[in-house]
Amino acid sequence: MSKTIVFCEHTGGQVRRASLEAIGAATGAGSEVVALLTGEGAAAAAATATGAAKAICLTGPAEYSADAVATAAAEVTKAEGANAFIAASTYRGKDLCPRVAAHLDVTPFADCVEFTAAGDSFHVKRPWLAGKALATLGSTGTIVATTRLNVFTPADGGAPAETAEHAITAEPKAVVTSIEAKAGAKLDVKEAPVVVSGGRGLQEADKFQIVEDLAAAFGNAAVGASRAIVDLGWRPHGEQVGQTGKTVSPQLYIAVGISGAIQHLAGMRTSGTIVAINKDADAPIFKVADYGIVGDAFEILPALTEAVKAIKAQS
Amino acid sequence: MNIVACVKRVPSTEAVAKPTADGKGLDSTGNQYMVSFYDEIAVEEAVKTKESAGSGEVTILSMGTKGGTKEIRECLAKGGDKAVVLVDEEWESRDARATAKALSTQLGTMAPDLVFMGRVATDRDNAAVGPMVATYLGWPCVTDVVSLEIADGKGTAKVETEAGLETVSFSLPAVVTCQKGLNEPRYAGLKGIMAAKKKPLEEAAPEVPENQMQVAAVELPPERKEGRIVGEGVAAVPALIEALQNEAKVL
Ligand SMILES: Cc1cc2nc3c(=O)[nH]c(=O)nc-3n(C[C@H](O)[C@H](O)[C@H](O)COP(=O)(O)OP(=O)(O)OC[C@H]3O[C@@H](n4cnc5c(N)ncnc54)[C@H](O)[C@@H]3O)c2cc1C
Ligand SMILES: Nc1ncnc2c1ncn2[C@@H]1O[C@H](COP(=O)(O)O)[C@@H](O)[C@H]1O
Repeated sequence: MSKTIVFCEHTGGQVRRASLEAIGAATGAGSEVVALLTGEGAAAAAATATGAAKAICLTGPAEYSADAVATAAAEVTKAEGANAFIAASTYRGKDLCPRVAAHLDVTPFADCVEFTAAGDSFHVKRPWLAGKALATLGSTGTIVATTRLNVFTPADGGAPAETAEHAITAEPKAVVTSIEAKAGAKLDVKEAPVVVSGGRGLQEADKFQIVEDLAAAFGNAAVGASRAIVDLGWRPHGEQVGQTGKTVSPQLYIAVGISGAIQHLAGMRTSGTIVAINKDADAPIFKVADYGIVGDAFEILPALTEAVKAIKAQS
Repeated sequence: MNIVACVKRVPSTEAVAKPTADGKGLDSTGNQYMVSFYDEIAVEEAVKTKESAGSGEVTILSMGTKGGTKEIRECLAKGGDKAVVLVDEEWESRDARATAKALSTQLGTMAPDLVFMGRVATDRDNAAVGPMVATYLGWPCVTDVVSLEIADGKGTAKVETEAGLETVSFSLPAVVTCQKGLNEPRYAGLKGIMAAKKKPLEEAAPEVPENQMQVAAVELPPERKEGRIVGEGVAAVPALIEALQNEAKVL
């Protein structure tokens, strides 16, 4: 049986959902999982690494250094005799995995959407050209990979039966010296189960509020944007969906006043259900939408927001 | 300051994917090419950093085809001082490790103070070469940088993570990978284009290891099942809600 180290991020004493999905990706392909945690509160959060057989907490400097953590992560991977190292495709995960891969001298795979057992190793499926193609890949070395968010189901099972520690000893080279927390507890567009995105059809920055209102009505939605309005400065780049923004796979994606350019579609076409609201019946976004409404967003959105609110109030 | 900007030539973002006949790769015939989106930001940051240091040199480093110098000249027109092209006709199908090893061997001989790369190349979407090169060289690396200050042999970068805006401190030499927002890449003026023709462009043969990546299959994503227009205008809202609740079961 293969063994996989899964890097688990945590907040408030809990392993994050994205990391639980990464554990699920490995156990789903028949691998035994060792959860790897670092930072303040790691020991407490380790108990919530559901589906992992064992947890290892890194101990050492309080400040986060990706290079020092990567060195320790590679040491753990070797010491455990693991055939794979996986993290979620979050900022930390994407930043860490290539470094771990270099220490193990293997080639990493980003943003994987499928893992299948192949001997004592895995095959992974991942996007090329921003998802315009999907490649199934293997490697002659240890598999180091990140998992796309919202694709894998967290593993069943209990808390890790065993916990151990491993010290970070490498001298840190780049160090996180401060974190300015985001205003409010806004969901990231990559992690949210529902994404409501707006485009140039919203006409001006102030009118974008109707998109925020619809997202707020869902309660579990993040706001996304097309590049056109990010370039216009209406929305921050962190919200841009597409080939030069974020790739998202929410259960529900609602595109409002977005034409559906190839670069935008690349970032959202694997969403579960796609809704498009656009006044042009020939807009390409309707080609990928499951449900469309042709019409003016300024008339449709307020009514849709009220309808969603009514449903949420009942449940 | 001795600065290097690594750029990759990639198919333009309008490119459509066509798997090859054997299903093991992508057919690149007919593709238009461009400098990868984030690499333009890397070139701009390299030039800006040199300008604010008041002296130094920016070298454009690219591993790619012998015939791909048009895009490299564009980088020279935007302020690069010289270019080194590691000629490798297999550049498009190299895995991240092979590319990172070839680039780090070359960078080791160039002894730069700073290396700028894109956060991801928009062809294979690896987002790996920057941090791998830094790890092979034993240098610090900050990825997806949106703001950067260099002073007294030290760098301070800001990055956007799910948690918020983080500040990272590091010493030089270092690798910085560039995110959108770091700067606005300049256009090449006529003067720049003329000057670029005379700037040195050297070709070299890289040491590239074999790929570890094995391609089992390349396919197009499944077509989405046919959708439907539920109606027009505000009158269609109930039909949409009904579909989301009872058909798609997402509400
Ligand atoms: C290198 C490169 C990278 C790119 N990367 C990305 C990327 O990552 N993400 C991305 O999104 N784009 C990207 N683009 C840009 C892309 O090509 C499009 O220009 C962009 O997606 C268009 O944004 P839009 O749909 O908001 O605007 P438009 O194309 O202008 O569409 C506006 C839409 O709104 C509709 N509309 C107008 N008024 C209303 C109304 N009152 N009610 C309802 N609908 C209305 C119109 O019918 C139209 O369909 C990239 C382009 C390049 C060249
Ligand atoms: N063949 C190459 N030549 C030069 N730089 C490259 C090459 N491949 C990747 N890079 C650099 O590494 C960055 C990330 O690439 P990747 O890891 O492939 O997504 C790119 O934006 C470039 O700056």
